[in-house]
Amino acid sequence: MKVVFERSKGLLNTETHYCPGCTHGIIHRLVAETLEEMDVLEQTIGVASVGCSVLSYQYFNCDMTQAAHGRAPAVATGIKRVLPKDRIVFTYQGDGDLASIGMGEIVHAAARGENITVIFVNNAIYGMTGGQMAPTSLLGQRTATSPEGRQPQTQGLPIRVSEMLATLDGASYIERVSTHDVAHVMKAKKAIRKAFLTQQEEKGFSMVEVLSTCPTNWGLNPEESLQWVKQEMVPYYPLGVYKDRQYKGEES
Amino acid sequence: MGKVLMKGNEVIGEAAILAGCHYFFGYPITPQSELVAYMAKRLPEVKGLFLQAESEVSAINMVYGASSAGVRVMTSSSSPGFSLKQEGISYLAAANLPAVIVNIARGGPGLGNIQPSQSDYFQVTKGGGHGDYYTPVLAPSTLQEIVDLTQEAFRIADQYRTPVILLGDGMLGQMMEPVEFLKTDNQIVIDKEWATTGTKGDGSPKTITSLDLNDVKLEERNCKLQEKYKLIRRNEIKVDTYLMEDAEMAIVAYGTVARICQSAIDRVRDEGMKIGLIRPISLWPYPTDVIASYCERLNKIVVVEMSAGQMVEDVRLSVEGKVPISFYGRTGGIIPTVEELVEQFQMHGNGVLR
Amino acid sequence: MKEEIIIAGFGGQGVMSMGQLLAFAGMKQGKEVSWLPSYGPEQRGGTANVSVVISDSKVGSPIIDSPTTVILLNNPSFEKFEKKVVPGGNILTNGDLVNLPCKRNDISLFSIQATTIAEKLGNHRVAGMVILGAFIEKTGILSKESLVEALLHVLGKEKQHLIPVNIAALESGMEMVL
Ligand SMILES: Cc1ncc(C[n+]2csc(CCOP(=O)(O)OP(=O)(O)O)c2C)c(N)n1
Ligand code: SF4
Repeated sequence: MKVVFERSKGLLNTETHYCPGCTHGIIHRLVAETLEEMDVLEQTIGVASVGCSVLSYQYFNCDMTQAAHGRAPAVATGIKRVLPKDRIVFTYQGDGDLASIGMGEIVHAAARGENITVIFVNNAIYGMTGGQMAPTSLLGQRTATSPEGRQPQTQGLPIRVSEMLATLDGASYIERVSTHDVAHVMKAKKAIRKAFLTQQEEKGFSMVEVLSTCPTNWGLNPEESLQWVKQEMVPYYPLGVYKDRQYKGEES
Repeated sequence: MGKVLMKGNEVIGEAAILAGCHYFFGYPITPQSELVAYMAKRLPEVKGLFLQAESEVSAINMVYGASSAGVRVMTSSSSPGFSLKQEGISYLAAANLPAVIVNIARGGPGLGNIQPSQSDYFQVTKGGGHGDYYTPVLAPSTLQEIVDLTQEAFRIADQYRTPVILLGDGMLGQMMEPVEFLKTDNQIVIDKEWATTGTKGDGSPKTITSLDLNDVKLEERNCKLQEKYKLIRRNEIKVDTYLMEDAEMAIVAYGTVARICQSAIDRVRDEGMKIGLIRPISLWPYPTDVIASYCERLNKIVVVEMSAGQMVEDVRLSVEGKVPISFYGRTGGIIPTVEELVEQFQMHGNGVLR
Repeated sequence: MKEEIIIAGFGGQGVMSMGQLLAFAGMKQGKEVSWLPSYGPEQRGGTANVSVVISDSKVGSPIIDSPTTVILLNNPSFEKFEKKVVPGGNILTNGDLVNLPCKRNDISLFSIQATTIAEKLGNHRVAGMVILGAFIEKTGILSKESLVEALLHVLGKEKQHLIPVNIAALESGMEMVL
């Protein structure tokens, strides 16, 4: 049996800068373990985005490139298209990065059926810059730029990215998972594995949206944060598989 | 109202409101996010509008739209985000649209870091985007000066129908100083009869565009722009000097670095060195003539910047080889210390000063 | 007269607001002041510091290379800033939290059991005020009255009930350096 707390070979032996109770660290571990188990670490290139996970290139034990804010899917496209087919390319992006400034890039990467894997960390806020409203912030959620709570009339409504991208014919595998308890973390890992397998089998664009915490900017403690994901986020962002196309070119 | 203690970023916001700007389109980025948050809180209180755009590209184009509609409008960012606004700034300049754009600069290039820097000087003073255009650039060095220059930025923008840049850095944005929100004397109110607000049946639709497929017409447009820049060069130069009356060596520095230079100058003055400071406040138009006017008396000029040497090129152009120029700069977001500048000034003053 | 003060400790120890109190009090007393925080990722969990200049003449550099006083609330800060103080300057520490030996003999060291005193006063959060009391008594740069005025402002209407314990803390601190 595996030793449960052994550090994955997919992660370097450095301490991360994430706040206590932040689930970015767990999601890193899931990605790292998956790549290790698939034995592809040495042929993987990750693309770090601009957000709290910008320093993920210091944590993953594979080649990493850091992209401009929102542009990771375009950078990943460039990498994937010029390298031999056996290379695994993934992006790791926050909701501000992917769903706000980078909405154009992600939509077109999915529409092209780009054979990359996107790990989309949705924590309903901008963490890195100190808690501003994200496109995924919930209605009524108080942030630095929605001090009275997000109002639909002036600040619009939260975007359900998985559902939206699933409408694109180019997308092959899309699932939304959560990190609020052990059972869901296990499920998240399965989804991440499925996404990378999709890429390995050359089936096209795959994305896993992971609901994640930001205790620091939500103003909650770690335990309350997990509850907030479960009670506030999951109802608005239902978990599940939104797209699962078996063969390249097949309509779902 | 009296003096209040505020952060630089917030002072910009309040000063903009004082200048009659009630519209702000922004996007978070350190070290200017406090300005965005301040506007989010404050603008609804004055019945204005704050909107967080999905990107800096969108924010500057929202500004383009609001300016076309004839209101005083502002956006802000820091270096990486400011780069994204360049396309929009070129369009604003070409379409003769007034707007104020704040850049609270940080270490670059690329993602760089979030510490103070002056390495966007070339970008803001030499046009920055595509095409033959300039934007007036104002560079405050104290928070009280932010109050004045923010108002001036809106005045210049409206008077000449041009985008204007307010340039600071992380230190100015993050620090607090007492400020008093006093109105400047040169307030103007301009009837923006060119704004696209609907013809209201007057039978003469207005257009705002930067396109001209006819080469002769486009050249005419460019000539008009250049005429405007000539006027701005004539009227809008701002510069400050410190202890230049008897100076034999001049330090040229702007923004926050000028403050540190001032402290260092005080120290070497105590040792009897005749040294002073020239502080450009408008970085475009550049105070070329003012610098040139001191050449006769100077044995040496030292330019200090938080960059690898950008403004030093404008100083060279001003001096035209008449005075030897040295440069001292720090990059990467490092702010030079008073002690290191004292050492530099002593070294450069050695032999050329009594 | 000019005081260049650095206050340093863990994020969350109230370092920034202690600096803000000093700057505000200085302003109320008609002095020139500046307040400059360290900012960025190091604030997350790590140590934070703030530089405050209080002066009779205009403030040039708000950055302080050689502070006249440092107020240190944890060991890492002590290690970092002990050596920077000007000869003849002051080091004030919260003696409940800083226990490293001082290597300087050309400065005045005040190790104040601020947390203990604050707890005796019934509110451990006023430890910072104890140290500020010691600071104003030692340097004479600010009056107790202007610091109290700053407190009234910073605490706002809802927290006026905290004024007496803060004043008591200030006074205990002042007595510590008599
Ligand atoms: C062009 C540009 N604009 C803005 C920023 C500032 N910025 C850094 S991270 C970030 C958003 C981070 O939020 P998110 O993607 O949700 O990730 P999180 O930090 O929450 O993990 C922003 C706006 C930048 N670095 N570059
Ligand atoms: S700020 Fe939020 S997202 Fe960033 S590391 Fe801290 S908890 Fe995580």
